Amino acid sequence: MAFTLYSLIQAAILCVNAVAVLHEERFLTKIGWGVDQSVGGFGDEPGIKVQLMNLVRSVRTVMRVPLIAVNSVCIVLLLLFG
Amino acid sequence: MDLPHHGYRASKQRGRAAPPAGDSVLFEDTSSAAPAMNNQGYYTPGYNMGGTSNDMQGGAGVNNLFTDPMANAAMMYGSSLANQGKDMVNKEISRFMSVNKLKYFFAVDTRYVLKKLMILMFPYTHQDWEVRYHRDTPLTPRQDVNAPDLYIPTMAFITYILLAGMALGIQKRFSPEVLGLCASTALVWIIIEVLVMLLSLYLLTVHSDLSTFDLIAYSGYKYVGMIFTVLCGLLFGSDGYFVALAWSSCALMFFIVRSLKMKILPSLSSDSMGMGSSAKPQLRLYITVATAVFQPIIIYWLTSHLVR
Repeated sequence: MAFTLYSLIQAAILCVNAVAVLHEERFLTKIGWGVDQSVGGFGDEPGIKVQLMNLVRSVRTVMRVPLIAVNSVCIVLLLLFG
Repeated sequence: MDLPHHGYRASKQRGRAAPPAGDSVLFEDTSSAAPAMNNQGYYTPGYNMGGTSNDMQGGAGVNNLFTDPMANAAMMYGSSLANQGKDMVNKEISRFMSVNKLKYFFAVDTRYVLKKLMILMFPYTHQDWEVRYHRDTPLTPRQDVNAPDLYIPTMAFITYILLAGMALGIQKRFSPEVLGLCASTALVWIIIEVLVMLLSLYLLTVHSDLSTFDLIAYSGYKYVGMIFTVLCGLLFGSDGYFVALAWSSCALMFFIVRSLKMKILPSLSSDSMGMGSSAKPQLRLYITVATAVFQPIIIYWLTSHLVR
């Protein structure tokens, strides 16, 4: 498959959007991935699941505002140029 | 060597080769991490010194230009402007990545490059795989053959693109867009691999000192194997391609496993806590082996369409 950098950017935007859409209290706590269920485990033994939950929460916190801008730009560009 | 002796230059003698005499005036050697901002007030007299001493070495023919005061003033002004621009660019770039760290990866010499290429192609006789340290900082590639560098991956990447263009041209399938497509495909695969490695190292809380540049270096070493495979495929046909593919895959897998084993697996932590990473050692092993197994797959993927 021949990748271009543009397809990499597209894939990255789609993945980050997918992570940002996961709602904290409607979805993540229901499946046991909420952030309040991750305390405990002192010492350097966080475990994969806790690390993943932390990663999801930090991606959502950090990328919320830039994603608004990036998505708007993408929408405008796709409308104009197909 | 009669270089102008500025204060920060005297401390440069530690490990690096001195710059050639030709560029002593305009480009001072900033790789010794000297604060250039402190010398802001000294630029004009410094460059006057540098200008006249260079002029004395430069030959009698250009003396007329430098005796003209207007041209002299213009040259000093121009060089100070260029310096301000250079400082601004450096400041902006150093916000994103540390340039000194990047300079560490390009501090190579011929002997290191030759030995590293030999190890990449035939790693089975190399005994000592440990990266040596010197007072808590890793040694530069010039002094330690196990240190990762970015020179070989960069050169191998460019050579691979040129070789791909040549291979396609031999088969009369060449067009300029294909070259760009090949380059961006290879670049995207590097980015994907580095991101997956970073993600897996983060998820398993592996506290190693592998920085992003180290990972880029280790994933860029496969281009040497790719170049070798494509060359053999072009010279010896399809059989030569598969033989070279098998050889370079095994060599590269051995190299990657031995190199990353030192960094990822906790075999040398004598004070590891009892249950610190108890559930993890096999996962770390899986990461190392998965990285190694990924290399032949990607070599095959990126070169099979070049050798039909």
